[in-house]
Amino acid sequence: MSDTHAHSIAFVRDTEIPPSPPPAGETGVVKWLRENLFSNAVNSALTIASLLVIYILLSKTLPWLLNGVWTTNSLAECREVLQGKTGACFSVLTERWNQLLYGFKYPSDQYWRPNLALVLLLFAIAPVLFFDLPRKLLAFTAVYPFLAFWLIWGGTILAPIVALVGFAAGAFVFQTYGKSSFAVGFFGAIAAAFAVWILGGWLIPEGASENAMLKAVPSRDLGGFMLNLMLGVTCVSLSLPLGIALALGRQSDMPLIKWMCVVFIEFVRGVPLITLLFVASVMLAYFFPPESTVDLFLRVVIMITMFSAAYIAEVIRGGLAALPKGQYEAADSLGLDYPQAMRLIILPQALKISIPGIVNVAVGLFKDTTLVSVISMFDLVGMIRGPILASTEWNGVYWELLGFAALLFFVVCYGISQYSQWLERRLATDHR
Amino acid sequence: MKKSVILGAMTFAGLAAGAASAGTLDDVKARGKLNCGVTTGLVGFAAPNANGEWEGFDVAVCRAVAAAVLGDSNAVEFVPTTGKTRFTALASGEIDMLARNTTWTFSRDVDLKFEFVGVNYYDGQGFMVPKELGVSSAKELDGATVCIQTGTTTELNLADFFRSNNISYEPVPIETNAEAQQQYLAGACDVYTTDASGLAATRATFDDPAGHVILPEIISKEPLGPLVRHGDHEWGDVVRWSLMALIAAEELGITSANLGEMAAGTENPEINRLLGTEGTLGEMLGLSADWAKNAIASQGNYGEIFAKNIGEDTPVGLARGLNAQWTEGGLLYAPPFR
Amino acid sequence: MSTLTDPPNENFRLSMLINDTRYRSLTFQVIAAIVLALCIWYLGNNLIQNLRAAGLNISYTFLGDPSGYDINQRLVEYDSQSSHAKAALVGLLNTLLVAFLACITATVFGVVAGVLRLSNNWLVSKLMAVYVEIFRNIPVLIWIIIIFTIMTAVLPGPAAFRGDNATSSMLFDAFAFTNRGIYTPMPWFENGIFASTAMNWLLVLAGFAASWFAAHQINVWANTKQEATGVRPKTTAMILAAWLVPFLALMLIMGLTWEYPELKGFNFSGGIKVGGPLIALWFALSIYTGAFIAENVRAGIQAVSKGQTEAASALGLRPRRVMNLVVLPQALRVIIPPLISNFLNITKNSSLAIAVGYADITATLGGITLNQTGRAIECVLLLMLFYLTASLTISMVMNVYNASVKLKER
Repeated sequence: MSDTHAHSIAFVRDTEIPPSPPPAGETGVVKWLRENLFSNAVNSALTIASLLVIYILLSKTLPWLLNGVWTTNSLAECREVLQGKTGACFSVLTERWNQLLYGFKYPSDQYWRPNLALVLLLFAIAPVLFFDLPRKLLAFTAVYPFLAFWLIWGGTILAPIVALVGFAAGAFVFQTYGKSSFAVGFFGAIAAAFAVWILGGWLIPEGASENAMLKAVPSRDLGGFMLNLMLGVTCVSLSLPLGIALALGRQSDMPLIKWMCVVFIEFVRGVPLITLLFVASVMLAYFFPPESTVDLFLRVVIMITMFSAAYIAEVIRGGLAALPKGQYEAADSLGLDYPQAMRLIILPQALKISIPGIVNVAVGLFKDTTLVSVISMFDLVGMIRGPILASTEWNGVYWELLGFAALLFFVVCYGISQYSQWLERRLATDHR
Repeated sequence: MKKSVILGAMTFAGLAAGAASAGTLDDVKARGKLNCGVTTGLVGFAAPNANGEWEGFDVAVCRAVAAAVLGDSNAVEFVPTTGKTRFTALASGEIDMLARNTTWTFSRDVDLKFEFVGVNYYDGQGFMVPKELGVSSAKELDGATVCIQTGTTTELNLADFFRSNNISYEPVPIETNAEAQQQYLAGACDVYTTDASGLAATRATFDDPAGHVILPEIISKEPLGPLVRHGDHEWGDVVRWSLMALIAAEELGITSANLGEMAAGTENPEINRLLGTEGTLGEMLGLSADWAKNAIASQGNYGEIFAKNIGEDTPVGLARGLNAQWTEGGLLYAPPFR
Repeated sequence: MSTLTDPPNENFRLSMLINDTRYRSLTFQVIAAIVLALCIWYLGNNLIQNLRAAGLNISYTFLGDPSGYDINQRLVEYDSQSSHAKAALVGLLNTLLVAFLACITATVFGVVAGVLRLSNNWLVSKLMAVYVEIFRNIPVLIWIIIIFTIMTAVLPGPAAFRGDNATSSMLFDAFAFTNRGIYTPMPWFENGIFASTAMNWLLVLAGFAASWFAAHQINVWANTKQEATGVRPKTTAMILAAWLVPFLALMLIMGLTWEYPELKGFNFSGGIKVGGPLIALWFALSIYTGAFIAENVRAGIQAVSKGQTEAASALGLRPRRVMNLVVLPQALRVIIPPLISNFLNITKNSSLAIAVGYADITATLGGITLNQTGRAIECVLLLMLFYLTASLTISMVMNVYNASVKLKER
């Protein structure tokens, strides 16, 4: 049988036929196009509509972008160069570059100071944002605010040092006495810090700022994108502790404290930031002691900090509520008192859950710092709407300036939100 | 002062500072700087230039006061204020004086408790329209859309004008001058109204200034002048007479060019009293004898300041008009220095 | 085994105020109350001293004085002789108007973008991602200014419609798109039943209510019939009739006519005008908040696990009922709370109207009135009171809703 069979077959294949390529419609670009863009009639229509939108947008903006003029000294010159063709007048950006970034009053030979402060900020903030970095770097983060204050405002170095020593004294007292009784340590720390500050205030010689190593710059001279960044960073970092305190206060068993926190949070969240800024610019001055004036920057920082603290408090409250009740009970059963339980068990977990939310609040707040332009502070938008558009040379250059402002904010905010997403993914894997 | 140092250390040094104790004059002297409120940017009147230095007609008043009090026309801290914040800034002591093209009105003087020390520019509200509309009088503007820069008395004058002429209009209130211009140029409003000086300054920046006409009607009186807080008369006097010194200097023919030789002594006793070579006017004000000389030396006399910032040779291109000396048919009239 | 005994009856010592949990919370609250009272006293005292030094007082009588300025966008009767309080009311209504309109369109934008972002069309989903990221990451103030500038620069002025060689023309001779606003025909009744137009429109509204009731009754009837016999009667035509017949009848009886906008003098007159600032603010707020809502919608849809859809299909539900009965109720529970806080944001962000010259309450009470009267403290307090009331009302509604859709856990 097998014999006959072997003879009856003339050919036995001993190699495999190479697989033939898929039909032209099922491969490569064509397949991708078909699956992703033209899978059915509705999809095709959507694709074509999208292409049309993209085409219209590009055909309007590209010639304008590519024909841009970068080197003239005024809009009139731009118009001459362009001779009626479409084209942007980007020279306003090059000519007013420093004003857009630093405002018009910051001494131009001192620009390295905010620049250095910004670079150091990246180092200071890194250990907070990325948990893998060595924890020792946090020491620099703690020193940074005082360093940055000195760099940007200049003046005597004694003032930030006294402030730093005050905090250090407070921390020392808390370390020493806080172990036995939280209350004693806490109030002792506050007393110690104030003692150092008042003593330091007496010790700093009058007029120390005048011949200081770094020239003193009044805060009214800050402006441009620098002002937005400073307001954003300062207010978010100041509002974190305040927000935690408010969130804990709102969860407290003590009715009075709870209601104080609830009223504060709901009040601040119920009004637009712009009315709070009006308070800062037209009302707050009446609430300070008659013989002193507090400058606008500080007043604005106070109001924005209150604003973001209320929002952060709500985010953290969400984090606290998300913790299983067992965690609280476990802490109690270990015999930890309230401060210990919060510090060691509850807050580390609750804060971790809240970080993405906090970052969102931070992004929103940073965007909202543009509102200070409404109360005559010259931040980036204020510079554009005020001095630059009001000047004879650049009267009428709207798109270039607004586009630039939009681009700067987009880069920063998009960066932060990408970080937030990265963090969310990372925290999600930790739970598995 | 010690108290402020403590406050300073507590609020990260320098952000809070002591002010206003005895009188504004003493405070300014102790501080060594004059805090002067100006607008956030109006070409010719007060605007920072490309180097960030404030320039303009109102700015010159601030500098003159600083020169009279402190002897240094650069010892000024310019505080930009909006229509909203200017009065609070002055009332709360954040600024010592306000020179922000502010109209002297009854209610501001009496109800808001401010003291207008004089008038540095006599203005009036006018209208600007594109030439192609063919309008020659504001009374033909029935049904027009009007762009207004908010925050001044403009809205009120406009409402009064249209109501008394029984014609209708649609107001479009815009926050900044630049945005109002953009609306006007794009044809979103037919008319742009603000003070006549502001209209001229705005038209000067247009691509095609000849395509726009300023209508002949001036619908309001706008005496613009510097103001101080009510009740501090010593300080009010200093600001008032610093301004008057500039005006009198022009009348008396004192310019920044001949100031040196005039100060050496002249035949005219009023010039001598003004420049401090005769009499004790400076002492009466609580200032040095050469206070007026310093004020004039900083920017020149009123006429020079006018010509340099808003005069006919500048892009703003304003004629003296009402702002000429009384001897030349204008309204400027400095009381005698005696 | 020890029995529970009362703690030893100690005498009260001062240290118990801090160390004894029974008294500690009381101590802290007393301290807090004292600190709070001190703060209020300190601030209030400063305020009184400062006001006395400046010779000012707090008084709200200025609200009754004539405002002296005109407002171009008003929902109630108002002119320059009306009081400041009336101007504030006009502003308040304008705030509510723009907030209401923007909430609706933002929801539409958001839902469309959120759904399209999950589309399997690569280009469309990427385009929507770009939209969401661009609008979320740039301040709303910049968007409002940009959109207002685009509107005035791109749309023609009324002058372009004038003359023999006009460069622009009206759409169907009925709609005019200008940079001062959009003009549309206005419906009105030739022989209305009531004298006032508003009453006539109320009548039309009442007609709609009746139609809704009738349609509801038809559905109820159909349901009973289906339960009794197992066959559902065809109701489409009946419901359509219930909606259309009363409406058309009313329109015919009252003689609906349209008033078309016409170029007269400087401006279009007649018809309905939707002002440029309103459109710019409305659009800017909608498209900005729409980007946030899109993200919520996407999260909401993704939050419904696939098993739910599959289980519903396995039960034999048709796709449309799967969507209506299973997916949507669960997705909405995730979508609605952030949606309402977005509505709150719209209301609060509408205060940026001053950037485009829209007369909302911040621009009237907190803007021109404040400038003219100089009554800063009073105006800002009133302003905050208004926003607070609006926000708390919306939050309250939200809490009621949240409680009603909360998962009932047993």
